Amino acid sequence: MEFVIDDHAAYAYTGGKAFNQALPTAVFIHGAQNDHSVWILQTRYFAHHGFSVLAVDLPGHGRSGGHALQTVEAMAEWLNQLLGAADVTQAILIGHSMGSLIALEAAARRPERIKGIAMVGTAYPMRVSSSLLETSREREPVAIDMVNIWSHSSIAQKPSAPGPGFYVHGGSQRLMQRISAINPAQVFYTDFAACNDYANGEQAATALGCPALFLLGRQDVMTPAKAASSLSSVMKQARTVTLDACGHALMAEQPDQVLDELFAFSRNALK
Amino acid sequence: MSDPRYPGFDTLSLHAGSAPDPATGARATPIYLSTSFVFRDSDHAASLFNMERSGHVYSRISNPTNAVLEERIAALEGGVAGLAVASGQAALHLGLATIAGAGSHVLASRALYGGSQNLLGYTMRRFGIETTFIDPRDLDAWRSHIRPNTKVLFAETLGNPGLDVLDIDSVASIAHEHHLPLMVDSTFTTPYLLKPLDHGADLVFHSATKFLCGHGTAVGGLLVDGGTFDWQRAYEATGRFAELCEPYDGFHGMVFSEESTVAAFALRARREGLRDFGAVMSPHNAFTILQGIETLSLRMEKHVTNARKIVEFLASHPAIASVAYPELPDHPDHALANRLLPRGCGAVFSFALKGDRAAGRRFVESLRVFSHLANVGDAKSLVIHPASTTHFRVPNEQLAASGITEGTMRLSVGLEDADDLIDDLKRGLKAAQKGA
Repeated sequence: MEFVIDDHAAYAYTGGKAFNQALPTAVFIHGAQNDHSVWILQTRYFAHHGFSVLAVDLPGHGRSGGHALQTVEAMAEWLNQLLGAADVTQAILIGHSMGSLIALEAAARRPERIKGIAMVGTAYPMRVSSSLLETSREREPVAIDMVNIWSHSSIAQKPSAPGPGFYVHGGSQRLMQRISAINPAQVFYTDFAACNDYANGEQAATALGCPALFLLGRQDVMTPAKAASSLSSVMKQARTVTLDACGHALMAEQPDQVLDELFAFSRNALK
Repeated sequence: MSDPRYPGFDTLSLHAGSAPDPATGARATPIYLSTSFVFRDSDHAASLFNMERSGHVYSRISNPTNAVLEERIAALEGGVAGLAVASGQAALHLGLATIAGAGSHVLASRALYGGSQNLLGYTMRRFGIETTFIDPRDLDAWRSHIRPNTKVLFAETLGNPGLDVLDIDSVASIAHEHHLPLMVDSTFTTPYLLKPLDHGADLVFHSATKFLCGHGTAVGGLLVDGGTFDWQRAYEATGRFAELCEPYDGFHGMVFSEESTVAAFALRARREGLRDFGAVMSPHNAFTILQGIETLSLRMEKHVTNARKIVEFLASHPAIASVAYPELPDHPDHALANRLLPRGCGAVFSFALKGDRAAGRRFVESLRVFSHLANVGDAKSLVIHPASTTHFRVPNEQLAASGITEGTMRLSVGLEDADDLIDDLKRGLKAAQKGA
């Protein structure tokens, strides 16, 4: 599904089913150097089980045009424009990594339509080491490999995602490389810098009254599970679930558990 | 800070895709000889069918043992997904049929395995897919024979019978300039000797029957989606690949390139190709091939070491007219082989005996260690005399056009002691010369 935001194409995958404004909307927001396809299994399930789905490609990523936006606040504003363009009235925001910060900030800016927020593989502050920042700016292919290696807890995840026979490491690496090929304008660095600079997390979390799910990977070395507590501790209705045998690439490493937790949370948040 | 590393080739050969069995703790990959898999409930069933969850439904489409093999070959090649099928021929067919149909054109090297030539030149033509065969060394020919309906460029990493080394980087560049993928048959090289995706290929397949299995015990094929080719961009530029970029009625209107940015090909190949063509690999064969892959690097090193010794012996023997091995300075692809294949040019090669078909027959019939049969890539050394077997009805002039003489022999060098293999060849050469 395509929108036009700020004169640029804005793409959102709808889970294999046409978008229906009458249904509550599950909004999926990918992380740095990714696109909507990281949510393939979860989005298809939601779309066929009572939700409308908008899994966005952030500006400059995948099928959305324009430049990658430089701050979490700008990405949140863009997301809220897209939800407005889609006439979304009830939404669950589900974000991974950088996308979780975007979900938080977008929810804080327009809380009236947000029924719940799920932050997957998150941390606050989401500090990116100076060496990784520099590598992403100067040697993007190396940064892709670094993040790919750090994001997975195993070379034999079962079940594999999106299905048997798919090599999760390979898929993750190629996706980040594809984002670079489509948009060579330092998307990775821009995303990392946005994560690193975001400073409104605690304030946004404190202000939010909706239910929140923190879905974390026990072996996550990118956003270690303990690094989410600064947000979860200040949110009124926060629940934390930590998945075993799981690194930062939660949707790929534990696709069923991620789906089950997200779906149960979303259904409850609408009650 | 030192950069982190991916696991090395040997580690991936043993571990990629394979964890201890969660039900039993078995460390070796179990052979799941089960046609089908129980659903937890109706919703679980529906979500598996509709690609909302990952899992197994029916072993024609996926199987836990096969999945380990598929993920392992994808890891070794550096791709995003693997598909295990019944044979190398089935892998080639699946690769083509996923993106080509009636009215499509394939541009292929003429230096191909005979089975591939038959499939492309005769059988696929009957289904409306036409193939043009060209000299793989002629880059202008690759460029000039591309048509608006061309769907893929295809060649072997080491061609038949002269071991033409494919200039993968250059042919891939030509393919990509025209928004086309390059598919290669990497059977003779295996990922241990060459990783075609690193050089620009997009799809790789193997007759796993050969070196991957390595023991002449199982027939199987493996197809790898490199995840490198941007099907959506090619579709937008040329209108090709509607198979991946437009709704597919056969799977609820799924647009594969939308579902997966980098694995659209593999999705369709499984969701359509395995489902409908049904050329599935037996889990037992998958297990056997997995066992082979565990020792792939060790075996390939020995295969190459033995092959080099035999090439050296043959190249200096007075009864030999020529030896086609790219490491020899007189091979036309010697420089290219040095660049692409530093670990060696494999262990399958041809040489030409001086003499007629009868001399060739005397040669093969006097060998005791080499087995006279139609296969390659076994741990045991193999030999075949094309002029008295695969090409026995072919007139001499036609043989010559295929690069084959009456005395051409194809060897697949195994893992025996090299001295024993050389003694065996000496015996054969003596017999061949005796009747001259």
